Amino acid sequence: MSILVDEKSRIVVQGITGKEGAFHTKQMLDYGTKVVAGVTPGKGGQKVEGVPVFNTVRQAVQKEGANVACIFVPPPFAADAVIDAAASGIEVIVCITEGIPVLDMVKVSGFLKGRDCVLIGPNCPGIISPGKTKVGIMPGFIHSQGPMAVISRSGTLTYEAVDQLTRVGLGQSTCIGIGGDPIVGTTFIDHLKRFKNDPDTEGVVLIGEIGGSAEEEAAEYIQREFNKPVIAFIAGQTAPPGRRMGHAGAIISGGQGKAEDKIKALQNAGITVAINLGVLGQTALKIMK
Amino acid sequence: MKLHEYQAKELLGNWGIPVPVGYLATTPEEAAKAAQTIAGPPWVVKAQIHAGGRGKAGGVKVVQSPEEVVSVTGSLLGKPLKTKQTGPEGSVVNQVFIEEGVDIEREFYISMVIDRTTASPAMIFSQAGGTDIEETAAKSAGQIYRENIDPAVGWMDHNARNLLYSLDSLPPVESMRAFMSVMANVYKAFVNLDCSLLEINPLVLTKDGKVIAIDAKITIDDNALFRHKELLALDDPREKDPLELMANEYNLNYIRLNGNIGAMVNGAGLAMATMDVIKMAGAEPANFLDVGGSASEEMITRGVEIILKDSRVKAILINIFGGILRCDVLARGVVAAAKKTGIELPLIVRLEGTNVEAGREILNDSGLKFLVAKDLAEAAELVARQV
Repeated sequence: MSILVDEKSRIVVQGITGKEGAFHTKQMLDYGTKVVAGVTPGKGGQKVEGVPVFNTVRQAVQKEGANVACIFVPPPFAADAVIDAAASGIEVIVCITEGIPVLDMVKVSGFLKGRDCVLIGPNCPGIISPGKTKVGIMPGFIHSQGPMAVISRSGTLTYEAVDQLTRVGLGQSTCIGIGGDPIVGTTFIDHLKRFKNDPDTEGVVLIGEIGGSAEEEAAEYIQREFNKPVIAFIAGQTAPPGRRMGHAGAIISGGQGKAEDKIKALQNAGITVAINLGVLGQTALKIMK
Repeated sequence: MKLHEYQAKELLGNWGIPVPVGYLATTPEEAAKAAQTIAGPPWVVKAQIHAGGRGKAGGVKVVQSPEEVVSVTGSLLGKPLKTKQTGPEGSVVNQVFIEEGVDIEREFYISMVIDRTTASPAMIFSQAGGTDIEETAAKSAGQIYRENIDPAVGWMDHNARNLLYSLDSLPPVESMRAFMSVMANVYKAFVNLDCSLLEINPLVLTKDGKVIAIDAKITIDDNALFRHKELLALDDPREKDPLELMANEYNLNYIRLNGNIGAMVNGAGLAMATMDVIKMAGAEPANFLDVGGSASEEMITRGVEIILKDSRVKAILINIFGGILRCDVLARGVVAAAKKTGIELPLIVRLEGTNVEAGREILNDSGLKFLVAKDLAEAAELVARQV
């Protein structure tokens, strides 16, 4: 098993005719992902990599039975794209777009509350269930099927972690990039709850970074009710306060969001924290043995 | 995008929040003119730099004569002001703001931020105004009140009441309406200007019962600037590091730090983690540089050039996990930069991911001396050897 997406997922790519959208549609198809439709307003009727393009998400859902969306729409229009997907009945929305205004995300979050729909991202690499489907921009070949779940706020840092896991022989059930923005659709805890009930997931690698308190909240949840081993890594131990370190969400402000506090919270909850990124894979292997 | 105090106050004034009368001065002559126009004594002369902590650093002075306005302005202009937020070299004062003095009865703190956990704007209010709010939060958290706003409904009067009636001692009845109006307008300004931070500290109650914003800080969400063309003119590039400005031009994400190991990485998370690796190897990172997920050969070349412009850099670590950015593209960019700049510093390269073999071949065939690390642990070792 895996969570949220598998070989049966039917993907609609929003923004499929753009450079990024078209490139990653091909990458996803090559991985074996069922990309069944694309959406670009005004370009309905065209085809990208053999995938039919529609003018609206609603049409893509009605005609092709799409149930997962992957969004490459530029920031000014991305909030609309997410809400459009949710209103059209898409169950899992993966928003790759980086640079969405935070107040737009406030609106999106408000709209999604109480709806039966999961938003991953924005500003994320997406989600992959190795060997089954890849919805996003991660390089597929570094992954292998296996018992480890990966949840991360970062993109390339996740690739690094996955690559190390694969090299030490630990494959992955599902890897999720939850996104580097201050407001994201789903948190560590949302996905931990799913992994708890996934029989194929035996352990979790949790990759956090400075800013906010998502890691502290995850630590508390794990201590309270998560029953599988967790290995964590926190990026930004040397980051100066008050500076936005690339990700809009990665900023230490008012003494909060520091890496050392997050590491302490995780360790106090009994979670193994790999302090050095270079040994993350080895650390996971030791714990999982 | 950070705004200066005088810019923030002008915006607040536009949104119906009372601010003192004030004029900007970039010369002592302009300051003299301002002092003549503004009723006084007293007058307040305030250095305009983005960093906080100006008061304690001598950047804010209350003076009693127009002559003093001029002399204080002269002593501030053109010189670096060192506050606890500026770093050791300080920040040069290019302009001062001259304001009327205000008779203060009580000081309050008010700010609005986005609460990540609830994904909603939150107003923070305290009677401990005029002081360092982080200190208040640490020492007496009970004095800080917070109200989350439902974005679908917007600001309501009960939000203001929840905050005001939390105070230990209420302001006089006559000024309650003024407080409520300021709070409602802070919310409106925050939302309409796409702020990520709007802070008034202190917000004061004057002896004659008025409510006025004495100091203000506004940060605009960079991601929302596309719909605020009118705010772009408020950007002050003099407040930024020249290397950071140059990096912005090429869409590179560069932040200058204090160490001597330059770093170039793709992806913000990996870049942060690489800085950490450098530190753990016993060295200090000279910068944060994220070239992004889909950098071109030219961007890589520019990235190396920018790192080399920092004279403190003694060695460079390039850590690339090729996903969308292919390792061969990276390698060509690095080789081009090395040849162009005639670099003599040790260059440690760690490549992994898409087209890694092609990338390593390009490095090997270039005839240049690279220290190629097979993984991050080895890269750290090589860094340690440079210290």
